[in-house]
Amino acid sequence: MSKISLDDVRKVAQLANLTFNEDELVEMQAHLAKTIGYVEILNQVETEGVAPMAHPIDVVDVFRDDVLTPMLSREEALQNAPKTDGQYFVVPAILDAGE
Amino acid sequence: MTAYKLVIGLEVHSQLLTQTKLFSGCINRFNPDAPNTQTDPVTIGLPGTLPVMNRKAFHLAVRTAMALNCEIARHTKWDRKQYFYPDLPKGYQISQYDLPFSNNGYLEVESDLTDDLKRVRINRVHLEEDAGKNMHDESGRGGDSLVDLNRAGTPLLEIVSEPDMNSAFEARRYLEELRLLLTYLGVSDCNMQEGSLRCDANVNLHIPQEDGSVIATPIVEVKNMNSIRGVEAAIQYEATRQYKHWQKTGETLGDVDKQTRGWDADKSVTFAQRGKEEASDYRYFPDPDLVPVTVSDEFLAQIRADLLEFPQARKKRFQSEFGLSEYDAGVIVDQGVEFAEYFEQVAKTSGDGKQAANWVTQDVQRELNDRGCTLSEFPIDAETLGTLLQRIVAGDLANKGARDVFAALLENEGERSSPADVDRLIDEKGLKLVTDTGALEGIVDAIIDKNEKVVADVQGGKQQAVGPLIGQVMKELKGADPKTVRQMLIDRILARGN
Repeated sequence: MSKISLDDVRKVAQLANLTFNEDELVEMQAHLAKTIGYVEILNQVETEGVAPMAHPIDVVDVFRDDVLTPMLSREEALQNAPKTDGQYFVVPAILDAGE
Repeated sequence: MTAYKLVIGLEVHSQLLTQTKLFSGCINRFNPDAPNTQTDPVTIGLPGTLPVMNRKAFHLAVRTAMALNCEIARHTKWDRKQYFYPDLPKGYQISQYDLPFSNNGYLEVESDLTDDLKRVRINRVHLEEDAGKNMHDESGRGGDSLVDLNRAGTPLLEIVSEPDMNSAFEARRYLEELRLLLTYLGVSDCNMQEGSLRCDANVNLHIPQEDGSVIATPIVEVKNMNSIRGVEAAIQYEATRQYKHWQKTGETLGDVDKQTRGWDADKSVTFAQRGKEEASDYRYFPDPDLVPVTVSDEFLAQIRADLLEFPQARKKRFQSEFGLSEYDAGVIVDQGVEFAEYFEQVAKTSGDGKQAANWVTQDVQRELNDRGCTLSEFPIDAETLGTLLQRIVAGDLANKGARDVFAALLENEGERSSPADVDRLIDEKGLKLVTDTGALEGIVDAIIDKNEKVVADVQGGKQQAVGPLIGQVMKELKGADPKTVRQMLIDRILARGN
């Protein structure tokens, strides 16, 4: 079973934009350790001499031509936005925008 | 001996000139005035949408990397770079991590530190999608930010240099050379104001110590420079600032985290930007929605065949083929591919490269500046100008006459002039040089006969008295060269006195 510290959980939560209280952190610690432990089974597979796989299906070189296809109107583009001024997506102030 | 060595690496982002975005058929066009009108389900990251690679974008990317002397990978893939930012609708950017399509290139640039060209190594060039654009509340009251996704998903090349530049001048020349190359290749329009060419600079100092060791100052990444001059000024500022900061604090590389500073063009200073809370942890992994791309010999041969002549090669060819000075060749080529091709056509039609260079860099350039127009809007096409200059080369037209014709051709507003206009104008204005001295002698003698007083004055030593007679001769024989006429008048008047 992998060792997952509370700080590890805090870091992963932050990267995922999630906020947990202390109880939840402990709960997540157990979940995360279990998940990672499960995936770690893969480490038992002998991969010496196996080429890295970039994609599970054996297909390469899928392209499209540089031609226009229909676009969304502004109304359509903004219709799911939680907040809009009719022209832009409106979001809470971005804090790390420099200062 | 300077107190320190400046070390600069540049990271340049250049937007590609495709019709559509990198992963969908949504239009790729700079259009900040109509926000959120250039999107589609892929652009705004609706669930269930799938990206498909734009073939043209990949071609342009490979073309650029080849021009930058890079090795092109035979197998390349795209990865997801995860971070949260409102201009990134999917929550990740499709970029390239460990298998970029090209690496290990170089660009040669002029240097103020050595006489030779400086070879700046290029670490990698990769192809990624651009983000949208955020607008922040400038009032400082922390109001909402606005997001425009017109730019989201447009194709972007990231060109990362090694830290091989050692002066702000070298950095400027690197960017100028890169911009020239990208515009020559038709890959990007490189408009820094519009953000189609963007540059971040990594800057630090190497300070030699008395014991022979070298101290490196912490690396600072400078952002927000929206002109090449701005990059040069920011680097200069940063060098001085870092040296003073080191003298004060003694901080060296590794003592503090990498710092990000912005460039304030109005105040000409860099200022500390708040770093990201978390050291970058983007958790890259291969994007399962895209399949890898392979590059064959045939594909590379095809791209190579499509490559235009590079600026440096063209400068050298203009010198050898048309006898231009290094300076003139540089002036012409640096104006861009359209200008260079205009010159070449004029030079070929006229048969005189130097004459062509003079006219193109002086008369044509001045008119373009005055009119604020481009060559495609200029009323005199290259073949017409070439024909005009050919008449000078053939001895049919004096330079002054050619300027008259040039001015008349410029009047042709609305319709483009043609080579036939050149001869018509020369005839209409009677500018054709008379080389038949027999005819000229007859007229000169006749005029002398009618002007006894002038003859006496000239013979008495007042050569300037001949002036009015020149006009009379020219009236009789349009196109005579005034200098020849003057000399002939004086010679023949003085001969009579003997």
